[in-house]
Amino acid sequence: MKNIYLDYAATTPTDPRVVEAMLPCFTEVYGNPSSLHAFGQTAKHRVEEARQTVASFIGATPEEIVFTSGGTESNNAVIKGIAGARRDKGNHIITSRIEHHAILEPCHFLEKQGFDVTYVPVDEYGLIDPTHVEKAITDKTILISIMHANNEIGAVQPIDEIGRIARGKGVYFHTDAVQTFGHLPINVNELNVDLLSASGHKLYGPKGVGILYVRKGVRMLPFIQGGGQEKGRRASTYNVPGIVGFGKAVELAKVEMENEMVHLAALRDKLIKGILAKIAHSQLNGHPVRRLPNNVNVSIAYVEGESMLLNLDIAGIACSTGSACSSASLEPSHVLAAIGLPHELMHGSLRFTLGRPTSEEDIDRVLQVLPAIVEKLRSMSPLYKKEVKS
Amino acid sequence: MEAYSEKVMDHFRSPRNVGEIENPDGVGKVGNPVCGDIMELYIKVKDGVITDAKFKTFGCGAAIATSSMVTELVKNKTVEEALKISNRAVAEALGGLPPIKMHCSVLAEEALKKALDDYRRRSVKESSEKAA
Repeated sequence: MKNIYLDYAATTPTDPRVVEAMLPCFTEVYGNPSSLHAFGQTAKHRVEEARQTVASFIGATPEEIVFTSGGTESNNAVIKGIAGARRDKGNHIITSRIEHHAILEPCHFLEKQGFDVTYVPVDEYGLIDPTHVEKAITDKTILISIMHANNEIGAVQPIDEIGRIARGKGVYFHTDAVQTFGHLPINVNELNVDLLSASGHKLYGPKGVGILYVRKGVRMLPFIQGGGQEKGRRASTYNVPGIVGFGKAVELAKVEMENEMVHLAALRDKLIKGILAKIAHSQLNGHPVRRLPNNVNVSIAYVEGESMLLNLDIAGIACSTGSACSSASLEPSHVLAAIGLPHELMHGSLRFTLGRPTSEEDIDRVLQVLPAIVEKLRSMSPLYKKEVKS
Repeated sequence: MEAYSEKVMDHFRSPRNVGEIENPDGVGKVGNPVCGDIMELYIKVKDGVITDAKFKTFGCGAAIATSSMVTELVKNKTVEEALKISNRAVAEALGGLPPIKMHCSVLAEEALKKALDDYRRRSVKESSEKAA
């Protein structure tokens, strides 16, 4: 039986058409785009084509797109780069409790440097109330960073509203769009964002490349200094194959995204309904409607996530969990904690994230395999025994 | 993530001695939902020898495998011998555990120690009842 990959939020396979576009950049178009000769200029041309594609995809101008090594770098560059450039204006940053670690860790780092960070809460569905952000703004606030959609529970945030508030107060607004870029329509002007991060390998592009959108006029310190590439905003020799691959992935998303959203949302809802119907004491995490088209996150009571994940893996199905037992820190998911899940349900969480190749048969297979796994694990769970007795 | 050994996966796939023992001679319950692992270990003792052991566990792959292994290790051991079974011995019998999962073997050792304590308490109580 074929293996079923349902962990597309962790990473996606590189689309063969992307690989095809990248290949000549290793062996033929190998010039350094910073060189004046024909070899360099040919490569530069490819880079600028990709930049144009990315810019027009989100309603930006090419000068506003900076290529980076990925989402983590883009997020670090924003948090530290804005903090560094705006220190004279203030030392307060607003973000949320459910951001990716690539935002939270740089924020913790800045707290040690004397910055104040407000982590706004979320409701039980994982949604941020824009008024919480508004109330948190002080005359020291220099940056607001709120993710577009959460990577664990798929909650899609009211970015445009928060952006409007930020603009009204003259505070820079950044969104981490790693989970939505190429999956949901994005227009930086409609979303009212000044900065936006995205990563290539989450949209069938290559690993090791990402972008940072920086609205014209936004002042930030360069994150990597050196040869002055990207107009001095991010030094390092242009990753030509990666950038070209990113461009190709965006070109494909432009054409395929709309159908994909409909296709995936239908499969997502089928999987959610199926799990909730077939497995007693299970619940959906995140919002039923305001969620990524490909995200399913459930908690299954009386069983632990890693043991479900391993059993699914044995059955050829790949997914992920927010259980503490499965994290390097042995801490349960901060996102599931933020939506108020009790420990038992955090440990029993499973995330299935669907992708371009996911079929209805794949979903049927999960719905066939998972209930038996849960039953097996519950039969050896001391928690389930007590529940059944009471 | 560091992968589990084949032996761990074997015990995870087909855990030995799952269940409870009716009228056990010793029970050890350890862990809590906050840490994520809960183990219950049941033993039957005859003439100072552990004749049966069963477990129920809520937890990750390592928690289930260490529970399974500890029940295998204690069977047919005297109570004194069983007391000497360390968490390292459980982990070694499983072909090692990822460092971050060593605490699961500690939990298995604690469950065993608690079950043996419980057995001793019960037998002291029983013999004093008999004496009276």
